[in-house]
Amino acid sequence: MSIWEYANPVKFMQTSGWLLPWVFGATVLTLVPGLVWGFFFTPLAEEFGATVKVIYVHVPAATLAINIWVMMLVTSLIWLIRRHHVSALAAKAAAPIGMVMTLIALITGALWGQPMWGTWWEWDPRLTSFLILFLFYLGYMALWEAIENPDTAADLTGVLCLVGSVFAVLSRYAAIFWNQGLHQGSTLSLDSEEHISDVYWQPLVLSIVGFGLLFVTLLLLRTRTEIRSRRLKALEQRERMA
Amino acid sequence: MIALLTRDLRLAIRAGGGFGLGLAFFLIVVTLVPFGVGPQGDILARIASGILWLGALLACLLSLDRIFALDYEDGSLDLLATAPIPLEAVVTVKALAHWITTGLPLVLAAPLFAVLLHLPGPAYLWLEVSLLLGTPALSVLGTFGAALTVGLKRGGLLLSLLVLPLYVPTLIFGAELVRRGAEGMAIEVPLTMLAGITAATIALVPFASAAAIRVNLR
Amino acid sequence: MIPDLGKYTVTILGSWGATLALLAALIVLTLIRGAQVKRALEAQEKRMKKNG
Repeated sequence: MSIWEYANPVKFMQTSGWLLPWVFGATVLTLVPGLVWGFFFTPLAEEFGATVKVIYVHVPAATLAINIWVMMLVTSLIWLIRRHHVSALAAKAAAPIGMVMTLIALITGALWGQPMWGTWWEWDPRLTSFLILFLFYLGYMALWEAIENPDTAADLTGVLCLVGSVFAVLSRYAAIFWNQGLHQGSTLSLDSEEHISDVYWQPLVLSIVGFGLLFVTLLLLRTRTEIRSRRLKALEQRERMA
Repeated sequence: MIALLTRDLRLAIRAGGGFGLGLAFFLIVVTLVPFGVGPQGDILARIASGILWLGALLACLLSLDRIFALDYEDGSLDLLATAPIPLEAVVTVKALAHWITTGLPLVLAAPLFAVLLHLPGPAYLWLEVSLLLGTPALSVLGTFGAALTVGLKRGGLLLSLLVLPLYVPTLIFGAELVRRGAEGMAIEVPLTMLAGITAATIALVPFASAAAIRVNLR
Repeated sequence: MIPDLGKYTVTILGSWGATLALLAALIVLTLIRGAQVKRALEAQEKRMKKNG
């Protein structure tokens, strides 16, 4: 492996450097209005009272927590098949963001569950699956940290991500079987009959888009950092060899 | 392959602790639980199935890091990787050896330990069935974790973090099978799900483990 | 300024506060690490250019 394989990363650095301000701008333009709208200008729900406002942080975080894992699965597959270094580094960069999102979903869910269900924590299938997802994120990140050779680490975490995905889905269905839940059904559906009423739906969609763009911004930043850190390591190694 | 199996078994027995250590650990877990939750028989009877499954799972975890570590250190894993049999088969045999040395003794000893925990009568049959069906999956998944961490100096703790989440479905269905058996409820769903998970695990996970070993030997 | 949240004030402010705090921590850590790595890489490149 030589650092000259970094032709692709150079291209990535250029493109992402150009893209970053735009994505950041779009994040600010959606996240701030979405959250402000959700917090200040939504009516109280009959059933839930003011606690309905929690969904503007809970649902976007939970949506992202799952989708980030899916994104890591895709980038891991690309790395294992096509061996693009950037792809593996993007998966590595995404994991901590996904972990924080899972944590947010768990914490806001617990805070919301206290007045609504009368308990901080319930062994409900959705909650349980999220806890397991959190453990998978921890294991994935720990494996990255533990292995020194970056290519070996990328390969092994990639395989772990594949196997982990299968078992995360399995655990989800096992948990549904194991305990019928308290958790609300899906709040999100493109079918307007099914989803919650528009007053809540519109700011929620804006918040979700904002969270998504925030993820993209952070992902670009972190992937750039990972690429720089890899190049730094390669340069140091070359210096030592010389 | 049979030669490999007998070699692994002989090594495990000679090294001592292969059979004994896991069992002793299992016994200790079962002994400590009543100290933690109190000696009332009715409480113990209700949680017995869960404790037995958890104990089996932890005892199984205990010996995982040795599956490949010794072979990796003395280089025989390289020989096995270049041997005419596929690495996937080597992994499967290793898992089988691990199961015979830890899983099988646990299955055989579980009814004795269940007595200590006041497990209700009808549940014994299902305890045996669930452990017999479930523990092979634990061993095979264990080889995957061991394969991921084989190159690491101190992989033991990491191994637990990686492997335990993978045990969740097996644990849920296994313990649920015993619980339902104890209460005389319908057991078809957890039984078939447990068997299905184990079968799929044995069929597919060795490929992932073999891939991880190849990466580590590169 | 803050709308009337009734008896759920703690719940809502708590969850929003926790969310914003965690996100802020994530962003700050990302930026700090990014700046550190960038600085280290630039120093390394400069040194290697000087030494040939």
